[in-house]
Amino acid sequence: MSTATVKTNVKHGIQARMSRIERKENRKGLNKRKKGPLRWVILALCLVLAVLILAPLFLMAINAFKTPADYTTGSPLSLPKSLYFGGLVNFWNAVNFPQKLWNSLWIAVISALISVVLSLFNSFALGIGRVRGSSFIIAIFMILTMLPGEGFIYPLFYMFNAIGMGNSGWTIVIIMGIINMAFGTYLLSSVMSTFPREILEAAQIDGAGRWRTLWDVVFPIMKSNLAVLFIFFFIWTWNEFYFTLIFLVSGDTQTIPIAIASLQGDRIMDVPTINAGSLISLIPALIFFLIFQRTLTKGITAGAVK
Amino acid sequence: MSSHTRSAKKRELTAQEKKYEKKARSGYGRYLILGSVGTVVVLLIPFVINIWISLFNWRGGFSKMRWVGLGNYSKLLHDAKFWTSFSNSLYMIVAMVIIPTLIGLILSAVLFDYIGQEFGGKTSSFLRACYYIPQILPVGVAGILWNWILNSQTGAINRILSGMFGVANPPDWLGDPSFAIYAVMLMLIWSQIGYPVVIFMSALGRVDPELYEAAALDGAGWWKRFKAITLPQIKPEVFVVVLTCTVAALKVFGPVYVLTKGGPQSSTLVPSYYSYINFFGKSQIGYGAAIASVLAILIAIVASVILIFQNRSAAAEREGARV
Repeated sequence: MSTATVKTNVKHGIQARMSRIERKENRKGLNKRKKGPLRWVILALCLVLAVLILAPLFLMAINAFKTPADYTTGSPLSLPKSLYFGGLVNFWNAVNFPQKLWNSLWIAVISALISVVLSLFNSFALGIGRVRGSSFIIAIFMILTMLPGEGFIYPLFYMFNAIGMGNSGWTIVIIMGIINMAFGTYLLSSVMSTFPREILEAAQIDGAGRWRTLWDVVFPIMKSNLAVLFIFFFIWTWNEFYFTLIFLVSGDTQTIPIAIASLQGDRIMDVPTINAGSLISLIPALIFFLIFQRTLTKGITAGAVK
Repeated sequence: MSSHTRSAKKRELTAQEKKYEKKARSGYGRYLILGSVGTVVVLLIPFVINIWISLFNWRGGFSKMRWVGLGNYSKLLHDAKFWTSFSNSLYMIVAMVIIPTLIGLILSAVLFDYIGQEFGGKTSSFLRACYYIPQILPVGVAGILWNWILNSQTGAINRILSGMFGVANPPDWLGDPSFAIYAVMLMLIWSQIGYPVVIFMSALGRVDPELYEAAALDGAGWWKRFKAITLPQIKPEVFVVVLTCTVAALKVFGPVYVLTKGGPQSSTLVPSYYSYINFFGKSQIGYGAAIASVLAILIAIVASVILIFQNRSAAAEREGARV
């Protein structure tokens, strides 16, 4: 069976390569054939849509550096008359931004690390070990990842407050760690179930135990999948709104999204401050996106199909 | 005779294999311990307790719990707000599932086999990235931004309307019960559109280009190829996107919290927000737990449909590989 899989893999590989070459030649042919005005119309429509989608971010950026007076007299679409950093300073001081950044960062990093390691353990047992009832366990994990937070928030809230952990970032680390782990287990188990048996057998013959096999054989091969998962878990925890809103109630524990939301309706939130605050709060997310864009799109695809 | 010995040999082999299999499977169980304990403590036990709580009248904290059985659930049936919140979920499904999936289908096909072919892969992946950006922004922050854009007095839209187009009384997008739900939907569509585009585009990469060539040779236009090849080929991805986005739409909380807080006059109330205010606003824990349980069961049903479908398509794939 395994040789058959290898064969089909090779066959798929060859087919893919051939079709790629064909497509390239085909494209050349198409380019020769038609260069009508229609192609520019379609490109323009796609660009217009992109501009519309990015418009809120443009609006934010140009209105973040206007004085409040400049905003009330001019149009939201005009560029600022002079660069004004008052909004940024207001927001920075009001929320103590470096602290919020640090809170967001450590919570997301530790939570994502826990999820990745636990997903690796779980899927090692479920995907490679195929322990009894593994498909049932995987199904449970998959359903748990989808359940709404409302379904277990109050008992958790009560429990964490009872042990004095109510207003602590560790609650988010643990809750998001487990929720993301359930997703990671579901995803990795199906990837690992196709792990080449020959390699595992070879390791076993060489006398490697389960622990050695996991770290010296499975981990190096799964590294790139784990990296994708880490990035996803990091972003999901960073963006998390519901659990952070409920648990992190004081200024010194809050994360960035909660800090700006809790200033909503506050006196200091004039238009430049709102925009400067949004801008600076979105910058970390935008930076991740630019760095990890390729990995992200690859990962989402994997998540959807398997 | 020969067949008899062959079957005996086979039986012997399977017994040996079984032994081998057993040995090969041992020693993995302990890797599940940490994750299972975490799951049971953080997710399963609280989930069961939540259903238990929904059978009581409880003000939370140290107050006394009074058994009401299914009383909270029968109260739900007569609660207009409860029905409003679930009918608003239908609006959320339109905004997060139906519109993004339809637009995503067209966009991904255009980007993949038109823009990609005519202007090169760089252009199409640049456009894809632009459409995808709102997806990765924290919903809390994006919500604050939209709250300002839609604000009746200082908001960008109304200031553009009154300043550039001279509209005397532009609508109060978030404060008027007849507009608020559409304002929330607008933000959801904006943040959701990139997701199907990305998934469908990669699904299209899987489709055999020969199919398109053959169709093009037969003189099929773009729309015909889209209907006859693209749609059927990426059906599994469409299905997955529809179901996962439906779950997300049923769970919507952040945008409603930041944009409207369920108002005005409950016009944008959604189930998760309704349970939230019962838990943490009105201290009606039992009632909030009942709403949450109904929502959780609904979502579990959708999730099971996804699971059954995926198992079936995985089985079909295995069949296909064997043939």
